[in-house]
Amino acid sequence: MSASLTLVIVMAVMYAAGIYIMLERSLTRVLIGFLLVGNATNLLIFIMSGRPGSSPIVTGTALDETIVDPLPQVLMLTAIVINFGMTALLLALIYRSWWLAQLGDEGDTLTDEHAAETSADSEVTFRSSSDDEAAVQASLDASEDGSDDDSGSTGSSDQEAGTR
Amino acid sequence: MNVLVPLVVAIPLLGAALALALGRRSRYQVAVSVLSLTAVVVISSILLVLVDTEGPAVVHVGGWQAPFGIVLVVDRLSAIMLIVSALMLLGVLLFAVGQGIVEGERETPISIFHPTYLVLAAGLFNAFIAGDLFNMYVGFEMLLSASYVLLTLGGTGARIRAGVTYIVVSLVSSILFLSAIALIYGATGTVTMALLAERIPQLPGDVQLILGLMLLLAFSVKAAVFPLSFWLPDSYPTAPAPVTAVFAGLLTKVGVYAILRTQTLMFPDNQLQVPLMIVALLTMVIGIFGALAQADIKRLLSFTLVSHIGYMIFGIAIGTEAAIAATIFYVVHHIMIQTTLFLCAGLIERIGGTTSLARLGGMLKAAPFVAILFFIGALNLGGIPPFSGFLGKVALFDAGVQVGGGLNYLLIAGGAATSLLTLYALARAWNMAFWRPRRDVENYDSAVLDALQDDPHDEGTVKTKTTSPLMTAATATMLALTVSLTVFAGPAFGLASRAAANIEEPATYIDAVFPGGAP
Repeated sequence: MSASLTLVIVMAVMYAAGIYIMLERSLTRVLIGFLLVGNATNLLIFIMSGRPGSSPIVTGTALDETIVDPLPQVLMLTAIVINFGMTALLLALIYRSWWLAQLGDEGDTLTDEHAAETSADSEVTFRSSSDDEAAVQASLDASEDGSDDDSGSTGSSDQEAGTR
Repeated sequence: MNVLVPLVVAIPLLGAALALALGRRSRYQVAVSVLSLTAVVVISSILLVLVDTEGPAVVHVGGWQAPFGIVLVVDRLSAIMLIVSALMLLGVLLFAVGQGIVEGERETPISIFHPTYLVLAAGLFNAFIAGDLFNMYVGFEMLLSASYVLLTLGGTGARIRAGVTYIVVSLVSSILFLSAIALIYGATGTVTMALLAERIPQLPGDVQLILGLMLLLAFSVKAAVFPLSFWLPDSYPTAPAPVTAVFAGLLTKVGVYAILRTQTLMFPDNQLQVPLMIVALLTMVIGIFGALAQADIKRLLSFTLVSHIGYMIFGIAIGTEAAIAATIFYVVHHIMIQTTLFLCAGLIERIGGTTSLARLGGMLKAAPFVAILFFIGALNLGGIPPFSGFLGKVALFDAGVQVGGGLNYLLIAGGAATSLLTLYALARAWNMAFWRPRRDVENYDSAVLDALQDDPHDEGTVKTKTTSPLMTAATATMLALTVSLTVFAGPAFGLASRAAANIEEPATYIDAVFPGGAP
């Protein structure tokens, strides 16, 4: 079995960083640690599939010798889906624990501050948000004029700067 | 008849979907979950009879032959686990219906208890019938994610606090399990257990040791084996009574089942015998010491749960056919009795308003029937003859004596002491809660009681609620089941012995999956 050294190093770093972050007290950091460790495990499964090769599609002709082992990819996919579900659950749990820490059990009895709003009020809210978008777009255009020529990566940071 | 095998997973899953769709009509929801679990009870009893007479039932899902497809295998051990867990799930469901889960319906807009409970059941059954490691992992994840929801039901502060510990610990053990699967795949090129049983013994000894140890660690967290049991007494008691009962009875036993299955089938060399024995002894003794120090009945029961896992690990560590038979019998006994005792604790909580021994008293007059239920349960768990707890322990000690050696005798001594201490802890709880007159509870002067540790997050005595007859009836039926395990101990032990014979002869399992010999 041969494996890419880069992948092994990336996996090791992700495991180490993930486990270190998981030891923190803050739940959000535990979540980040879980994500790192979970993806490191996905990489481990991937590494265990052995050498790289052509895509595992059997076309009906003679079996390709360079075909890659498809099973680990299936296992990874399942593991990714499960990790995704767990992340969603953890996020809900973190939000709930933050809610309890900030407001206590009384938080559940607070009335909805938007409860009295009519649909007309909501329309106003929507309109104002589209006004915001126009303002953001304007500032984006302004910043793009002065920015450098590499567009893809700086686009998001420009947007952030614009909203601030 | 193999068509029945996937149904034990499919029916609860479909039931869960249906129950979720019927979220606003709680009566139909109850009907759906009771019917699905009853169907599983029927199917698994048919499977048990079939498997016992005709040998393992095997299904290649989607017609893909193993090792390329997913394979579901029901041998005697799986069938026993299926029927026992289905019965327990049904009994606890009835208890929960009696309690009118009731409180959950008012707290949450859509009643999520029933769908989640059915997903838990499906995951549990899937883990028992999985013929490959990855499918077992998926089963574990299903039941664990359902258990996360059930444990944090209602989202109160105490449950979120307990839930965080439980979820993070479980996630870590799941990742460990997944990494172990990845390494096993890398070493052998398969995840089908029947094929692994052929290929792992061909690996170098130290590679086998690492793989076995990783699986063992992952399962030990779930089975709550000392020192990986720290999370259990803090998390289980905070859940609603029926949920705690299911967790205590079944979730730890899935871990024990997985250890039993993988260690006997895939790692027959038993390189880890001595460490397992030491860990078993520590689990028994330290667990029961923890139980002695508790003033809260639920926490006390959680510690006895940890402690008695030690007996099962002891049986697996001995590894002879007699020991495996005793372990299977003990697992069945322990699932039943621990579930029943937690349901009793739930009844006590409803009637007395608390489970703290410092504030309970006079329950014998208030609830004589519950007193009898708890008393019989306590005697059974403590291992008093002629109950099944006694029979299981005697069989286990007998298997230990047959092998002999200093370590075995040490464990037998530890096991006997644990049994006595369990009886002491439970008898004290019974005396305090039931026998002590109500008027003595105030200003009760006892150095022992003062030294006990109460639940740190106890929210105090709540206003006394009523119990419904269905709750008591469900608990009584479950207790009757544990007693019937004593009455029919002969046939039950015969079945356990035949299951153990299957396990000691992995060829039965392998031939069932690969009729034409392993590729």
